[in-house]
Amino acid sequence: MYPIILLSVLGVVTLFLGFSKSKNILLPAVLFFLVLAIASNFVEWNKGPLLYFYDMLRVDNLTLAFNGIVLLSAFMIVAISGGFQDNPDSEPAEYFGLMLFSLVGALMMIGFEHMIMLFIGVEILSVAMYILTGSNKRNLRSNEAALKYFLMGAFATGFMLFGITLIYGATGSFKLTHIQGFAYNIQANSQPYILYAGLLLLLIGMLFKVSAAPFHFWTPDVYEGAPTIFTTFMSTIVKTAGFAALFRLLSTSFSGIYSFWWVVIAAIAVLTLLVGNIGATSQNSFKRMLAYSGISHAGYMLIALTALTKPSQSAIVFYSLAYSLSTICAFGVLMLVSKEKTFEGQPNERYEAFNGLAKQNPLLAFVLAVSMLSLAGIPLTAGFWGKFFIFTSAADRGIIWITVIAVLMSAVGIYYYFRVIISSYLKEGDTIKIRVAPFYQAILLLATFLTILFGLAPGIFEGLI
Amino acid sequence: MLTLLLILLPIAAGVLTLLSGERLAKQVALVSGLAVLGVAIAAWLQFDPAAGTQFSFKYAWLASGGISFAAGIDGISLVLVLLTTFLTPLIIISAFNHDYRKPASFYSLILFMEAALIGVFTATDAFLFYLFFEAALIPVYFLAAIWGGENRLKVTFKFFIYTIFGSLLMLVGLVYLYYQTPGTHTSEITAFYALQLSKQVQGFVFWAFFIAFAIKMPLFPFHTWQPDTYTESPTPATMLLSGIMLKMGVYGLIRFLLPIVPGGMEVWGTMAMVLSVIGIIYGSIIAIQQSDMKRLIAYSSFAHVGLMAAGVFSYSINGLQGALIQMLAHGINVIGLFFIIDIIYSRTKTRYLDQLGGITQSTPHLSVYFMILLLGSVALPLTNGFVGEFLLLSSVFQYDGWLGAIAGLTIILGSVYMLRLFQKSMFGPRSKWVEGFQDLTMSERAVLLPLVIMVFWIGIYPNTFLKLTEPAVSQLLQMVNN
Repeated sequence: MYPIILLSVLGVVTLFLGFSKSKNILLPAVLFFLVLAIASNFVEWNKGPLLYFYDMLRVDNLTLAFNGIVLLSAFMIVAISGGFQDNPDSEPAEYFGLMLFSLVGALMMIGFEHMIMLFIGVEILSVAMYILTGSNKRNLRSNEAALKYFLMGAFATGFMLFGITLIYGATGSFKLTHIQGFAYNIQANSQPYILYAGLLLLLIGMLFKVSAAPFHFWTPDVYEGAPTIFTTFMSTIVKTAGFAALFRLLSTSFSGIYSFWWVVIAAIAVLTLLVGNIGATSQNSFKRMLAYSGISHAGYMLIALTALTKPSQSAIVFYSLAYSLSTICAFGVLMLVSKEKTFEGQPNERYEAFNGLAKQNPLLAFVLAVSMLSLAGIPLTAGFWGKFFIFTSAADRGIIWITVIAVLMSAVGIYYYFRVIISSYLKEGDTIKIRVAPFYQAILLLATFLTILFGLAPGIFEGLI
Repeated sequence: MLTLLLILLPIAAGVLTLLSGERLAKQVALVSGLAVLGVAIAAWLQFDPAAGTQFSFKYAWLASGGISFAAGIDGISLVLVLLTTFLTPLIIISAFNHDYRKPASFYSLILFMEAALIGVFTATDAFLFYLFFEAALIPVYFLAAIWGGENRLKVTFKFFIYTIFGSLLMLVGLVYLYYQTPGTHTSEITAFYALQLSKQVQGFVFWAFFIAFAIKMPLFPFHTWQPDTYTESPTPATMLLSGIMLKMGVYGLIRFLLPIVPGGMEVWGTMAMVLSVIGIIYGSIIAIQQSDMKRLIAYSSFAHVGLMAAGVFSYSINGLQGALIQMLAHGINVIGLFFIIDIIYSRTKTRYLDQLGGITQSTPHLSVYFMILLLGSVALPLTNGFVGEFLLLSSVFQYDGWLGAIAGLTIILGSVYMLRLFQKSMFGPRSKWVEGFQDLTMSERAVLLPLVIMVFWIGIYPNTFLKLTEPAVSQLLQMVNN
């Protein structure tokens, strides 16, 4: 609860800070704000479940855990943005302000107890992201990405709103608990088609946000076109918040009609896995590959939703955390490397840019390798346990076939994740040295350390949520 | 606690090697390799074959999930741990011949590999086993991909994806079994043994495990990664792959496949047996036609492992005991042979049989060592290969007379390709490639002498090792037959 208030106020403060002459205080100030938000988030730990704003927002340990992941990711992303000082065209105060506002949206999506809150959260998050995607005004691809994201996103929100309306029509309420009561009390022979239609439309809107197939078409172009720092934001925070919202929707409101929607989610999960993994194999651009990899990870998380057993909850939390840490590392290294090397006048984001990275900067190569291993799900990294928990949640429900497909797709995943490890360790590249600011390096190392720590001791969160 | 020490010591040694700098790396690696061997021998001396799993430890890892960091040593594990710890120092010495780039990383990867292998052979928790099974892949992948031959990137990539695909299937099997365990679930292997699964389910689990282990060994038709990877890897990596890592697959069959899904074995065992026998003959015939020595040994290794698998699939005491003793023998012989080929290659710069010849004229020592290892490999009585191959063939024969007869051809085919190897490289007119060929140096003898001693030890008195494994094996079979 506190972080939502804090960030709303501090976002405005950040905008005003933009008027100050010295641009150097912005970055430390925003980082400080985020630390405040993280600290205030955990004040309510173990106090829940609490309801706020006329029972429209809910705070429990699950909410706080997701909040923590989102805020930690935001902290790391802001830290590696370096205050946007290398680009004279940039408007750091506005970017930071928008990022803080979009975080408010994300937190509302995580903690909603009322459909209107979900809608407002999604809109706050998305509108800020549309602007940030197009923030590189002089770059055509960035403009294209923003327009694409906006048009498609607007459609998706339209579907969502329509879905919420239909659900309201069927159940007479926006509140999750009321809808839950309704869904549990459906008579065996009655078919509440309006509720089903509403749920499907709502799911379409949400699945668009987490880039699940077949609503993924915007993802590669938008991820590639947006400035990398905002791509990182999109691929970690938007995804985590989206899955938190989906999980809350399906596990509370609609658990009564599980038999209706599980097939839909299962089919979408399989399709997403296939599209994401097979699409990623044929990419030449590392950034585009990460976009497809983001799609495929949405597929794994959808499996946990399909199963929706007791382990699913911790599986999704753990998976979001592991995925966010590794993705931040991957994009962080990409930003540094692509800045040093150009391809046809643009920053080089292709695989070849990583050739010889192990010699140019061994530390970056190590960070990148760990993040790729984690995304690929190799043991002793957090990513492995993430996948493991997902698979166990599906096995708990008895859906083994979906696990088999997921496993086959993980094998495909190893192919494209290892390509960049091979480039950086085993191929010869230029003999330049890549320099990294100490603070930037510290953030990357922190994320890598956490990835390995959670890989060695996945039990440290046990019993928390 | 000895088990924990055996797993942690090589890891610590690997880190130490990495830190000790490029010049000291060799020595540090060798000393720590010997230290690990010392611990393994200490475990051997204290080991009581009749007492089941010993030196075990268990730490909760995911307490609520019943997953623990648990390992221990029984007879089957002990033999493989001894093999691993005995061969690793020899592999380290064998690398002294070459000036590998970045020696600190090179030797530390070998030690990390050793830790993972010991972990695989001692884990008593299924997920820990899985973890080490995959972890073992990473050091050897980098060894092969950084220090390997020309095509290394393509070849090792294929190897990596192939094997990880198999182990992921095994993961599905493990997760499934884990959810069948009663109560709050546990991943202890002994709990998996106690499961009562329907025939059909056992069939699925059988395949999940079988493909994983068959790729690792490799069995026909999952072997296509193997010859290229063996050929392109630097010799120490080839030794690790063929000498020890291949045994992970056979060990997996013994530890998981047989006792957990005996029902699946009944249904699919014959097919697995036939595949193994096909592998024996297929590998031998291809080996006969190879001109590249390293490739020849790679195919011979493929044929030998087929026989070991056939022994396991016969699920008789002879078959299992034979497979275990043959794992030792094969590890020793194949490492010796790869080393000798490496010696020849480093002096002549060729591995092709057509270009070699007449090496014996200046190298009495090399010829004798080569001959002994070769005879061990073709299973001459009183050498190590004989005991294992005899037990294995007799078990296959009992399983099915015809299959036994076909598998028995391995003895003839084996001598054909091995003697051809020796004849073409060592005898005959002296080729221009072998001008000025020097006999063995001290460090080379330091590798070959222990290997040759073991060839005779196992050949003349195999009971030292058979006695270690017998109680564990018969206990296992009792469980399978119930």
